[in-house]
Amino acid sequence: MEITFNGKPREIQAGISLQEFLDQMKLDCMQVVVEHNNNIIPRQRLAETVMQTGDTLEVIHFVGGG
Amino acid sequence: MDELIIAGRSFASRLMVGTGKFASNEAMVASMEGSGSEIVTVALRRVDVDNPQDSLLRHINPERYLLLPNTSGARDAEEAIRLARIARAAGCEPWVKLEVTPDPYYLLPDPIETLKAAEVLVKEGFIVLPYINADPVLAKHLQEVGTATVMPLGSPIGTNKGVRNRDNIAIIIEQACVPVVVDAGLGAPSHAAEAMEMGADAVLVNTALAVSRDPGAMGVAFKKGVEAGREAYLAGLGKQQDRAEASSPLTGFLGK
Repeated sequence: MEITFNGKPREIQAGISLQEFLDQMKLDCMQVVVEHNNNIIPRQRLAETVMQTGDTLEVIHFVGGG
Repeated sequence: MDELIIAGRSFASRLMVGTGKFASNEAMVASMEGSGSEIVTVALRRVDVDNPQDSLLRHINPERYLLLPNTSGARDAEEAIRLARIARAAGCEPWVKLEVTPDPYYLLPDPIETLKAAEVLVKEGFIVLPYINADPVLAKHLQEVGTATVMPLGSPIGTNKGVRNRDNIAIIIEQACVPVVVDAGLGAPSHAAEAMEMGADAVLVNTALAVSRDPGAMGVAFKKGVEAGREAYLAGLGKQQDRAEASSPLTGFLGK
């Protein structure tokens, strides 16, 4: 199924949770914040939140800035 | 040096530093350490899974530094509020450097959107440090909605031009009930000293450190500039005047 991940279309396995997606992308959930369909998902809810076709996902982290 | 107090929290250093544009994380850390800073700014961006990077946070000791996330990249109040909430969800303390810069050429802050975002974020319990143009009336409005500081720019971000709007910054300092942090454009320790001599409570520096040949040493240099400026302000600077006034006695020997 297709979702939009960080602004770009991406094909992912159907029925996976946000936590599983992060694991597949090799992203440490402690180092990122996930916005799922414009809602910030607390870390403890990543495993229970399952993605649907057409979802929008933003995965944000800290970078250098002034 | 006397302590800086923002929102009830004390800091020994009056120099805040940014973490952008450094050639390496090692250079960034050297600069932070040299500067003696206790507040460091960071930005939020999408992760790039095609080019995985070392996590920035692994290099910043949370015991030693207060992380001050900025809302850089936000073009309006809504985007800035969204970024602030993301920063808080990341586990940061609810401090935010509020930045709304719709114009990518000069990166000047949008006063109307900044005020709107500040009002919302203060109500949500954030400690808001807004980046503004040196507009004394805007500074007053922001204090009225409850911001913890005001952060007028000296000159546009990254220009290294120093304090180009002295008169307006002086008015902001004169009228402020919260700390005034001169942010942006400070390119040399003398610029930082100038802002501090004027009575600014703190300064924020990034580009001047990041682009220097030796960011660690430049951090030390800025630390000295800030301390010199603060101490001179507290000691009381002499007034400027047009006519010369001899430092040595004019009477007592020659030409009598």
